Amino acid sequence: MILLPNITLSPSRVDQLLVWILQGLAAFAGILVLLIVGFLMLEAFPAVRQIGFLSFFSDASWHPVEGFYNVMAMVWGSLLAMLGAVLLATPLGICSAVFCHFYAPTWFVEPYRKLIELLAGIPSVVYGLWGLVVLVPLIGQLHPPGPSLLAGISILTIMILPTIALMADASLAKVPSVYLRGAIALGLSRWTTIRCIIIPAATSGLSTGIILGIGRAIGETMAMLMVCGNVVQVPTNLFDPMRTLTANIALEMAYAVEDHRAALFFTGFLLLGVVIVMVLAVDYIKQRHTYA
Amino acid sequence: MHKSFGSNTDWVACLLMWGIGSVILGIFSLVVGDVVWHGLAGVSWEFLSTAPRDAGRAGGIIPILISTGLLLSICLVVAIPIGLGAAIFLAECTSEHHAFGRVVRISLDVLTAVPSIVFGLFGYAFFSHMLGMGFSLVSGGLTLACMVLPILIRATEEGFRTVPNEYRLGAAALGLSRMTTLMTLLLPAAMPGLMVGVILGTGRAMAETAALIYTSGYVDRMPESLMDSGRALSLHIFDLSMNVPGGNANAYASAVVLIGLLLVMNTLASWVAGHWLKRRMFWA
Repeated sequence: MILLPNITLSPSRVDQLLVWILQGLAAFAGILVLLIVGFLMLEAFPAVRQIGFLSFFSDASWHPVEGFYNVMAMVWGSLLAMLGAVLLATPLGICSAVFCHFYAPTWFVEPYRKLIELLAGIPSVVYGLWGLVVLVPLIGQLHPPGPSLLAGISILTIMILPTIALMADASLAKVPSVYLRGAIALGLSRWTTIRCIIIPAATSGLSTGIILGIGRAIGETMAMLMVCGNVVQVPTNLFDPMRTLTANIALEMAYAVEDHRAALFFTGFLLLGVVIVMVLAVDYIKQRHTYA
Repeated sequence: MHKSFGSNTDWVACLLMWGIGSVILGIFSLVVGDVVWHGLAGVSWEFLSTAPRDAGRAGGIIPILISTGLLLSICLVVAIPIGLGAAIFLAECTSEHHAFGRVVRISLDVLTAVPSIVFGLFGYAFFSHMLGMGFSLVSGGLTLACMVLPILIRATEEGFRTVPNEYRLGAAALGLSRMTTLMTLLLPAAMPGLMVGVILGTGRAMAETAALIYTSGYVDRMPESLMDSGRALSLHIFDLSMNVPGGNANAYASAVVLIGLLLVMNTLASWVAGHWLKRRMFWA
């Protein structure tokens, strides 16, 4: 709508009201995040006060019934699964986008892209189901017990691959075509063009995709709960079962009371903190890119 | 594109890309193919129209479908007015660089990225406990509404941004009030954006599991009121495969139903986006 900062046309009451209502609704949508942060803090506060912030990292183990609240095993579980998945999915995702833009025949590009989009929308519980029924027994045959870090990494990779591939695809599409024409005029080969011109030009979009992938991997709950085995321990090799922070919340919330419950809210708060940092990082990358 | 292959590296790169492309295709056809192959046999009219028996091992999923539908309806009834209002404000009433708009946008970005289990914790503490809704469809639906809000707002805002500026200039020249401009010109023109948002949001809400465990609960009976607990389709798949030995067959069948519903949503969204938006471009 045409808005005048200094209203000289004296708009009607209704219009004034309309803008106020709209602003109120927008403010509500914005405040929702604060509400969530606030609530998690409120619920987690007793834990920090009673148990102590440092105990979460220095206690002997995670045995809430006996009053031990060390979350590091789960932090490592989440981190290792995320790292493995991101290390695998990033090159695959970027190559998938490059394939889509520079190698695949034209008739093939659209269906391929549609398929990746569809895969990005498949619920995590379906991937988890497949992992539980097909992948875990397969890994179990290779090296018992089966539910393991490896299963977690594989499922997470499959889950974040479409996210990274779609973001990479979008950022490759945004590279100015002048760059490409310049490269052709210089007689550069296709691979050199991609490696030395296209990829560097698309870095900001690519890193945004990777950060989104990391966020999704850290936050994934159901699939991890289904394939990782949920044993609280730092996995020493790929075939060890382990538990992620998210799975821990989903598993124990059912019966947690008092300090234990507050401790779970505290871990939720940690997850939220990580995600907020990532979103701000993406925002920073975008800003820097726009104004550079 | 350049067809010349300068060196060996080029050949290797080309092979590698084709290899990776086909590996990705292969993996995904394996996963989706497996689920569809095992699940399709179990989907029948009877499966869709009867209640689960024996903890879900036998029988169908009708109460679960009804619960899912109710959850989605509550979610949309709450999210659409708020989302639409916020989107109109962001697209029409504030500039790109205005502080308030920027803060709202960043918090929406955060909201998009919040892990679903954290939404679950929030819904459990806020709706179920503090507001005293307990494990109920309302509590679950409201939690879902918080989740889909950013998606809805993004898509709707995009819809308003694609409305040609001439509409606004014309309305201003005619001296139409903001209310009239909005109701008679902008809203109808931006409708496809809202539609896409609603469809995408519904898809996300339907795929959601973790946020619902501690808000709408596990009960697989037919819900009698909105304050009853009800089990969503995705939660049903999770429960059958994790907690019910011998429930895999029906878990697969439910997964096929879920994927089918999502496929319909996806196709609808891209049809609306492509067809409607394009048609309007010709009119403009």
